[in-house]
Amino acid sequence: MRRLKSGNGQASGRNRNHISRSHSDRIFDIVNLFVMLVLLVVFVWPLWFVVIASFSDPNEVWMGNVVLWPKGFTLISYETLLEYKRIWVGYGNTLFYTVVGTLVNLVMTVCGAYPLSRKDFMPRHFFMFLFMLTMYFGGGLIPTYLVVSGLGLVDTRWAMIIPGAVSIYNIIITRTYFMNSIPASLQEAATLDGANSFQYLMRVVLPLSKPIMAVIGLYYAVGHWNDFYTALIYLYKEDLMPLQSFLRDMLMSTKMTLNNLSGMDTATVELKTHLAQTLKYSVIIVSTVPVLCIYPFIQKYFVKGVMVGSVKG
Amino acid sequence: MEIQKKKESLGIRLWKNMKKNWILYVMIAPVAVYYIVFAYTPMYGILLAFKNYKVKLGILGSPWVGLDHFQRFFSAYNFRQLIGNTVGISVYSLIIGFPIPIVFALMLNYLTHHKLKKIVQMVSYAPYFISTVVICGMITIFMTPDTGILNVLRGYLGMESVNFLAKPEWFKSIYVWTGVWQGMGWSSIIYISALAGVDYEMHEAAIVDGATKIQRMLHVDLPSIKPTILMLLILQMGSLMNVGFEKVYLLQNTLNKSAASVISTYVYEVGLINSDYGYSTAVGLFNSLINLALVVAANQLSKRFAGESLF
Repeated sequence: MRRLKSGNGQASGRNRNHISRSHSDRIFDIVNLFVMLVLLVVFVWPLWFVVIASFSDPNEVWMGNVVLWPKGFTLISYETLLEYKRIWVGYGNTLFYTVVGTLVNLVMTVCGAYPLSRKDFMPRHFFMFLFMLTMYFGGGLIPTYLVVSGLGLVDTRWAMIIPGAVSIYNIIITRTYFMNSIPASLQEAATLDGANSFQYLMRVVLPLSKPIMAVIGLYYAVGHWNDFYTALIYLYKEDLMPLQSFLRDMLMSTKMTLNNLSGMDTATVELKTHLAQTLKYSVIIVSTVPVLCIYPFIQKYFVKGVMVGSVKG
Repeated sequence: MEIQKKKESLGIRLWKNMKKNWILYVMIAPVAVYYIVFAYTPMYGILLAFKNYKVKLGILGSPWVGLDHFQRFFSAYNFRQLIGNTVGISVYSLIIGFPIPIVFALMLNYLTHHKLKKIVQMVSYAPYFISTVVICGMITIFMTPDTGILNVLRGYLGMESVNFLAKPEWFKSIYVWTGVWQGMGWSSIIYISALAGVDYEMHEAAIVDGATKIQRMLHVDLPSIKPTILMLLILQMGSLMNVGFEKVYLLQNTLNKSAASVISTYVYEVGLINSDYGYSTAVGLFNSLINLALVVAANQLSKRFAGESLF
């Protein structure tokens, strides 16, 4: 895996036009193009459908008339969504968990990765072993739960942050970056100038490590944003629940909004039932948009992260 | 005498290193504390697997029960089902989910339309960042009988509406193919970059010899990325008994449960829902021991066949 180079696999595409293609190659190219176009539809359509359904008339969606294009454009499901206080409580909580959690993650990752990257840090092999062993064996659900509850973290905001304060994968990626991308001569120069390790880290290493910090920061942030498991295990209080927990209740249940229907005429009941379905589409959009919006900009960093991670440290 | 002297000198060296690099020691301290508290202390809690846990008595004070919990698990009515589902889902995932990103990367590599290539790549990574809850929500909504879009489309084609999620026989396929949808783009990145590293001279030589694109794919590209493929295959085989909790848990319902209960969901159910701590820990321990054995075996295989190893 050390042979891997980054790039986009364009090497084999070069000079292609100068080469006379055989019959078989032409068929291959057509089939290939066709398969890729089909795949494009397979990847895009489910997401596209969620978008158009969320903007369409609930009755049209219910009847199955919305397939490729929105019908009866309306914002009614988004307006209804605004009334769901729980979602916005969840949104706020998730923002908190994501921001604070990611900051804790980054500090802890640097604290772990930087000493391990220094050859003059004597017990580095010992700590590396100590940390890496946890990748292959752990106590399991209940013993971990008992530790977290013993520390009094259950049903507090910290349960969402502290038990997952750092990930060994990201420590390894960061350490590899520190070791391979920052010239050792810089440290000698800094030491000669009288800087200590901490000053050197803050003023030289970290400014040079912006790409990797962006990558792992985004890994962590997406992880927090999408985290459902931690809340399922450690949280019981409604007002601490993250967005994903509310999403789960909303997306997986059919009961939603079917209460309080008594005393309404059939048309209203029908609309409410249909609205319940489109509401699900709009809540998916509202919860996923932050991640998908920044996605095109950070895409190249994610790819870079996979590359760095594939180089064994 | 000799050993003691050596030990002392190690201690002195360490002390000197600590004095010189005390900042590094201070930095790593919180991380070490984190791992000791949240990874190593729970390992001591594994004792629960051999005890009849009483909250009042604590882990150490609770009475020993030997291997009772394990025996109970092995003779449980759903033991075979749990193992079968866990292994079944991961083998199915491996057979389908492993080769597809390789084929995808190979085909993408020969796509002559560069703009389309970029678009396909970018779009294919996107599902990876959608949360499991949303993915499972989409599956549930799309597959709703009669009004879900999938059944609507089936209706247009003259097919009957099917309640996919209520049928145990559909569960594995739903799990695996939606997993392919979500992960194939992301998993292909590593192959795409390996393919970028293939020496173009080899391709030129093959072209001079009159090789078609398919022949180049099979005889130039595939052998070149073989080490990467082998390494990743072995890694995946190491996690054969490790079916993720979230997705199975979220797609589970009373109707498909016979196909949708795996070890990790069972550990959660008996542990946190039924509060049967000792038993749950025992089942979890059984699973992690098999995982550990698989990782070690996979690592040995990797050493022998790919010349690479994890540890």
